[in-house]
Amino acid sequence: MTDPARPIILLDRVTKSFGAFQALKGVSLEIARGQKVVVCGPSGSGKSTMIRCINRLEEHNGGRIVVDGIELTASIKDIDAVRREVGMVFQQFNLFPHLTAVENLMLAPRLVRKMPRREARELAMHYLERVHIPEQADKYPSQLSGGQQQRVAIARSLCMKPQIMLFDEPTSALDPEMIKEVLDVMGELAAEGMTMIVVTHEMGFARSVADLVIFMDKGEIVEQGPPATFFANPRNERTKTFLGQILTH
Amino acid sequence: MNFEIALVWESLPKIVEGMGLTIELLLISLTLGTALSVVLVLMRISGIPALVWPAFLYIYVFRGTPMLVQLFIVYHGLAQFEFVRNSVLWVFLREPFWCAIIAFSLNVAAYTAEILRGGIQGVDRGLHEAGRALGLKPYQRFLHVTAPIAIRLSLPAYGNEIISLLKGTALVSLITMYDITGVARTIVARTFAPYEIFVSAAIVYLCLTWLIQRGVGLAERRFGRYVRR
Ligand SMILES: Nc1ncnc2c1ncn2[C@@H]1O[C@H](COP(=O)(O)OP(=O)(O)OP(=O)(O)O)[C@@H](O)[C@H]1O
Ligand SMILES: [Mg+2]
Repeated sequence: MTDPARPIILLDRVTKSFGAFQALKGVSLEIARGQKVVVCGPSGSGKSTMIRCINRLEEHNGGRIVVDGIELTASIKDIDAVRREVGMVFQQFNLFPHLTAVENLMLAPRLVRKMPRREARELAMHYLERVHIPEQADKYPSQLSGGQQQRVAIARSLCMKPQIMLFDEPTSALDPEMIKEVLDVMGELAAEGMTMIVVTHEMGFARSVADLVIFMDKGEIVEQGPPATFFANPRNERTKTFLGQILTH
Repeated sequence: MNFEIALVWESLPKIVEGMGLTIELLLISLTLGTALSVVLVLMRISGIPALVWPAFLYIYVFRGTPMLVQLFIVYHGLAQFEFVRNSVLWVFLREPFWCAIIAFSLNVAAYTAEILRGGIQGVDRGLHEAGRALGLKPYQRFLHVTAPIAIRLSLPAYGNEIISLLKGTALVSLITMYDITGVARTIVARTFAPYEIFVSAAIVYLCLTWLIQRGVGLAERRFGRYVRR
């Protein structure tokens, strides 16, 4: 299972259509264990669709997706196995509003891993400490700031001990002063060796954390490379235009 | 017009005697109807046509006809059928009390199913996705995420439904029963003082409505601790 040479995520000519509209037009990508990938691109380019296919929130129509040796097919059993390996953090946090922070973290370990309450609580507190907000454990999401909510959401995913973390614009819904606290937590996670795919336009984060930056446009990966070359010498015209827009503004 | 305030007070104790029946009708049909509504709403949202359509039709029929007509159909109609009279259920069905319970429960179930469906639809889609991404099974997502939030969202409308039902129970005075309204009518027949007596009945209903509103308010606070105010 853990052959280090084998990519932990493999996308092979993946296509995805919504009705007549093709959101992914043959995306191929290999991600090694421990790699950090930043995905950027204009709105509607298929970034969310691509990462949502990886934990099968969307079902792809063509090509192959293999996650940690498990090929994503229509078989339900495999999907649960994959979802245990893959954590996801959303732009809108999506915390369960009726549960406190610590209860949000405990829910999946208790229901999916059948963990006893006390053990689940200890695990939850451990991860709340890792995202630096153990003191907020008993507050409801509505009583937390956006940055705190997003850190709870990250901790909630980590409680399932995933091999891979997917982030879909995790800081886009945050006020500027809260972006850093979330990016810091993500940076720490990266330093610990987590495999990460991050859709973001925080180019500072891409420069300092990513091994690979991917630019998508119109359902395709247009350009990819390590951050140094990607930002210094983008070859594709669309990449240049896009970088010009987001780096100047 | 002369209005004797004293008569309002004098008739109150008598009318309060009818309150017991009103409350019994209310609580029993609310309980049965709500239980049935859960079954109905699960059928309605199941996505399985053989379950969706019967539930849809049921809700459509019971919301689309007056509760009085439903009560009369149960009370007068069922007795027309030989097999109903011969069945064990006849012990219940010949009692106006149980006819009322049946009609009210069926009616409440239809309305409450729609209220709950609205609540379920009001639950943010993102929460389903978060649940899926965490590996929760569909029934776990429903029990632990959708249902508690949907209940909170449904409570205000459900409170209105309870109050509607309270007022609807007055219909039993038309099938020989002595609830608040039924008692009031007999007193009117004796005293020929409809204003005072019905004002007295209205006061009793208002007190009950107030209690229900308090109760629902408490429940909203209990289930809605998480809502920032
Ligand atoms: N459920 C859906 N039904 C129909 N079309 C969809 C659906 N989800 C996405 N799309 C379409 O697919 C395209 C790609 O969407 P996607 O959300 O992946 O873009 P994105 O790159 O994440 O954009 P953004 O930066 O705005 O989040 C868009 O044109 C979008 O309208
Ligand atoms: Mg997106």
